[in-house]
Amino acid sequence: MKTITDNNMNIAEAFYGQNVPDKSGHFGEYGGKFVPETLMPALEQLEREYLIAKDDPKFNEELKYYLSEYVGRPSPLYYARRLTEKLNGPKIYLKREDLNHTGAHKINNTMGQVLLAIRMGKKRIIAETGAGQHGVATATAAAMFGLECDVYMGEEDIRRQSLNVFRMKLLGANVVPVKTGSRTLKDATNEALRDWMSSVVNTHYIIGSVVGPHPYPVMVRDFQIVIGQEMREQIQSAEGRLPDYIIACVGGGSNAIGAFYPFIDDKDVKLIGVEAGGLGYDVGQHASTLSSGEKGVLHGSLSYVLQDDDGQTSPVHSISAGLDYPGVGPEHSYLKDIHRADYVSVTDDEAVDAFSMCARLEGIIPALEASHAIAYMVKFAPTVDKDKIIVLNLSGSGDKDSFEVAGKLGIDL
Amino acid sequence: MNRIDAKFKELKEKGVPAFIPFITAGDPDLDATRKLILEFDRRGADMIELGVPYSDPIADGPVIQSSYYRALSSGIKFSDILDLVRDIRKESEIPIVSMISQSILFKYGHKEFVKSAINAGLDGATIPDLPIEEAEGIIETGELEDFKIACFIAPTTTDDRVDLIVKKSQGFLYYISVVGITGSKNELNKVITTNIQKIKKATRLPVALGFGISTPEQARIAGRVADGVIVGSAIVREIEKHIDQDCSALVNEVGAFVGELVTSTKNQN
Ligand SMILES: Cc1ncc(COP(=O)(O)O)c(C=O)c1O
Repeated sequence: MKTITDNNMNIAEAFYGQNVPDKSGHFGEYGGKFVPETLMPALEQLEREYLIAKDDPKFNEELKYYLSEYVGRPSPLYYARRLTEKLNGPKIYLKREDLNHTGAHKINNTMGQVLLAIRMGKKRIIAETGAGQHGVATATAAAMFGLECDVYMGEEDIRRQSLNVFRMKLLGANVVPVKTGSRTLKDATNEALRDWMSSVVNTHYIIGSVVGPHPYPVMVRDFQIVIGQEMREQIQSAEGRLPDYIIACVGGGSNAIGAFYPFIDDKDVKLIGVEAGGLGYDVGQHASTLSSGEKGVLHGSLSYVLQDDDGQTSPVHSISAGLDYPGVGPEHSYLKDIHRADYVSVTDDEAVDAFSMCARLEGIIPALEASHAIAYMVKFAPTVDKDKIIVLNLSGSGDKDSFEVAGKLGIDL
Repeated sequence: MNRIDAKFKELKEKGVPAFIPFITAGDPDLDATRKLILEFDRRGADMIELGVPYSDPIADGPVIQSSYYRALSSGIKFSDILDLVRDIRKESEIPIVSMISQSILFKYGHKEFVKSAINAGLDGATIPDLPIEEAEGIIETGELEDFKIACFIAPTTTDDRVDLIVKKSQGFLYYISVVGITGSKNELNKVITTNIQKIKKATRLPVALGFGISTPEQARIAGRVADGVIVGSAIVREIEKHIDQDCSALVNEVGAFVGELVTSTKNQN
């Protein structure tokens, strides 16, 4: 299994061009650091420590150990025979991130960041969470290393992801309800950043996706590219070649960039990110940041954002709490603009249909987030030749979504 | 001369610190904001820091965040705030520095922002989520147009960053005392005192101290070392407290509190 040192970190340089991202984390015009002065020294320290850690064989050995022995990596790349037959198109492989400990890809990042926090001598961890998967992954890593852990979560998300709230509490984390704004992921992120401003000395903030100020988008990506690295080896050994398409859902964009990044230089591999189309195209009905947003600044970086003409964040909606976010990672904005990746969206209903379809055909209940990627594949695969190969990143398990989907289907649990 | 420069020059000659109240534009509504600013002027405030409400602030505490929500719930736009300033300029020459998130500023672009801000009668801006590394464009435009972009320094700011910031900041420097400013004996925290003295050695710009100052006594103590004292949350909390009263009662109550803060800040003997 590979981790950061083994990976060729300059993998994308040939494609992106040199100096992308630059030293202050700009992917073209995107990214950067838009935070209060109070946080700047903390970000500088984090970047310094991260750059040292990532080249330190000891750090990598340790990360590798926990990823394999505790998280259960590598996750399988599974040939989905019945989905393939049903869609009557290309061969479909599922990258089973749902089989990781805690049930999603989020733990790849929290393991890396908790180890980093320990190196920096920080005793307390804070995090924001939407679906609760990142919160659970953070609480898990914190429990395992005996660190204090506070997780900020919007009240609306607490309601629709009650199972994960309970899990976090079992794991000894303190779940802090956020009552401001839309009471979802974006507001939880505001609160976590605000906490960090007054607690930087002893606290590390584990951001859950490739968003936020530099170095987070780069660092979180680096912790997630283990997904794509494994995919590459696994598909090579299964098929003797690279896939034609990689499909992943995009909330902040961490599972997608983890899957995409090791293939960026392989121009024949098409990269497709799937966003939450929610209930429709009107403002407030969806969370399709890349498909219908504009350039703006949110949570410390410049990227595509859903906001109004005045720079105020627009309301967003998705049935999936993990995609219900008005921003997206700056690297995806860059990939969109240079036309290296395509971004599309599917609706709540399409995602719920795909959720059921995957369960019935493959015996796998996918997270609602990942169901968005599947839903797009359901539409797309029948239009593609049979000799092609799709790898879909199944970012997490849908156990957490049982209540939400049952409700949507009118079933009282 | 820019109103901010003129005011600090005048106060330096008098040897008294500036008192700078912060309020959020549109909290509870734009008419109240106009009346409050005129009242603060009448009560001897030297400058106004006018917050532009933003939906997702990260640099502000919960009190100011709530005031942003109150203001935004009426649907006000940045252009309405410019109109407000234009109105105030018919009656008052008090320097007004806007506090605006980069999220909003970015939407306008720095050239357009500075042009329309000057046109309305604003004298400068602080941008709490724009660190010096990302601020080159707006600072250059500000310098060209004599519109003051005042930068922040925090207790955590490293020495080499302080050097960079004092070189670039215009109008004044905004020292943020995140953890509160007074020690047990109501004396100014030693770290803050040394830091401000250090900054003053490195620059001739006035240094204003803000965040965590909430009582007249704290304002007086802050005024001992700083050239300006900024009070935000405590004033906004006062507005919140009187929000159900009619506008003139609200303006009176909040004005009286600001009056106390002014008197205490200026009384340095
Ligand atoms: C299973 C799963 N997939 C995807 C996401 C979306 O995040 P990202 O786009 O960073 O992968 C989440 C977020 O909570 C998640 O839990």
